[in-house]
Amino acid sequence: MSDTWLAALLFFGLSTFVGASMVLIAWVLRARAKEDLPTRRLTYECGETPVGSAWVRFHPRYYLVALVFVVFDVEVAFLFPWAVDVQGAGMPGIVEVFLFVGVLLLGWVYALKKGALRWQ
Amino acid sequence: MTDTLEELMLNPVIRALFWGLVMVTAVMTVTAWTTWFERKFAGRMQSRMGPTLVGPAGLLQPLADAAKLLQKEDLIPDSADRFLFNLAPILTVGFALGVAAVVPFTPDILAADLDVGVLWLLALSGLMVFPTWLGSWASNNKYSLISAMRAVAQGISYEVPMVLAIMVPVIMTGTLSLSDIVADQVKNGWLIYRMPFTGFFAFLVFFLAGLAEANRIPFDIPEAESELVAGPTTEYTGMKFGLFYMAEYIHTLLSSAICAAVFFGGWDGPFAPGLHWMLAKSVLLFVFLTWVRWSFLRFRSDQLMDICWKYAVPATLALIPITALYTVWHGGAR
Repeated sequence: MSDTWLAALLFFGLSTFVGASMVLIAWVLRARAKEDLPTRRLTYECGETPVGSAWVRFHPRYYLVALVFVVFDVEVAFLFPWAVDVQGAGMPGIVEVFLFVGVLLLGWVYALKKGALRWQ
Repeated sequence: MTDTLEELMLNPVIRALFWGLVMVTAVMTVTAWTTWFERKFAGRMQSRMGPTLVGPAGLLQPLADAAKLLQKEDLIPDSADRFLFNLAPILTVGFALGVAAVVPFTPDILAADLDVGVLWLLALSGLMVFPTWLGSWASNNKYSLISAMRAVAQGISYEVPMVLAIMVPVIMTGTLSLSDIVADQVKNGWLIYRMPFTGFFAFLVFFLAGLAEANRIPFDIPEAESELVAGPTTEYTGMKFGLFYMAEYIHTLLSSAICAAVFFGGWDGPFAPGLHWMLAKSVLLFVFLTWVRWSFLRFRSDQLMDICWKYAVPATLALIPITALYTVWHGGAR
């Protein structure tokens, strides 16, 4: 592993450590309630007693957005190696990228027509 | 004495830890006073005074806030998943701060000069949706769940135009290293005005997506107070809430610094040292962000997705071929 990667990973470790230490300090300094009622530790629903768990199934439109996102994110991952050396790839490279993005754009139009990105 | 210090700095681990500590401390300190600035700015825009009581002009307010948050009672709902509930605020600050590793302030003041710095910053800011999701899901609160769904949908949607927008500078300069992107701008002019002028539009989209990623107004749908109590942070008390809040400011601050580096020439500028230019540009962009925040209303959830998928994505997809064709025909930067 090169020095710069070591530095980056140490930096990330350090920043996570900052967060962890602040949670720990707050836990040490926290105020303690004299009298503890179980109602204090209910989830907040504007004063009503919560009915059921919040861990439920959810609307599928979020799933469709996630699917479209995966398509585009993988596309971008393939585009970056080309983007670094556009001149080296030259015109043939551009034509290939056009074809690649064109196929994906067709998919995008299909998703749009099918209403995958409609939120009503 | 200086010899031993220099020898110590040659050790990569110690060097990395030293720069890490300096950068983390600097970013955290600036973030603390950013909250003061934002409140003062908001107050003035709404014909109020903002904080005035703690210290001169309320300047000690961030310290008072930190002291208050540290002493709050630590309440965790009985029905919550305790481990994930505690993990989320730690991760959110870790990811937000971790981006600072690759932000080039000057050629020397740079914690880790990765040759794929752009990917590092995109990866970490993309991971930012996970702590929000973890915290909201672990809270077992229905408001949090709705806001988490919205936050994830918004976060991953705006990830696409953001990545496509930053590809334009990558094509124009031919490198993924942030410090090389700035060095190229010092030599060949800032990307914001360099031909074929796609940098300007890429900047607009990147800036917009940065706002959306940080869940700032006008894109703060996940924590829409009037609908969802406090969004992902509804069940959080004390410093854990504070960490979410801080991560948002760190994210905003660093995305203005990244915009300054990638599109506005970073440390490039006459008369003054590079660091001053870089900081001045970042602060100006941050002021602009704050200004936007207190001028606009919140979008609706469906409008937000429309802006992303029907305008921002096709627009950035059009910028890339234009930039690529220009680069091949005119020989680009080199």
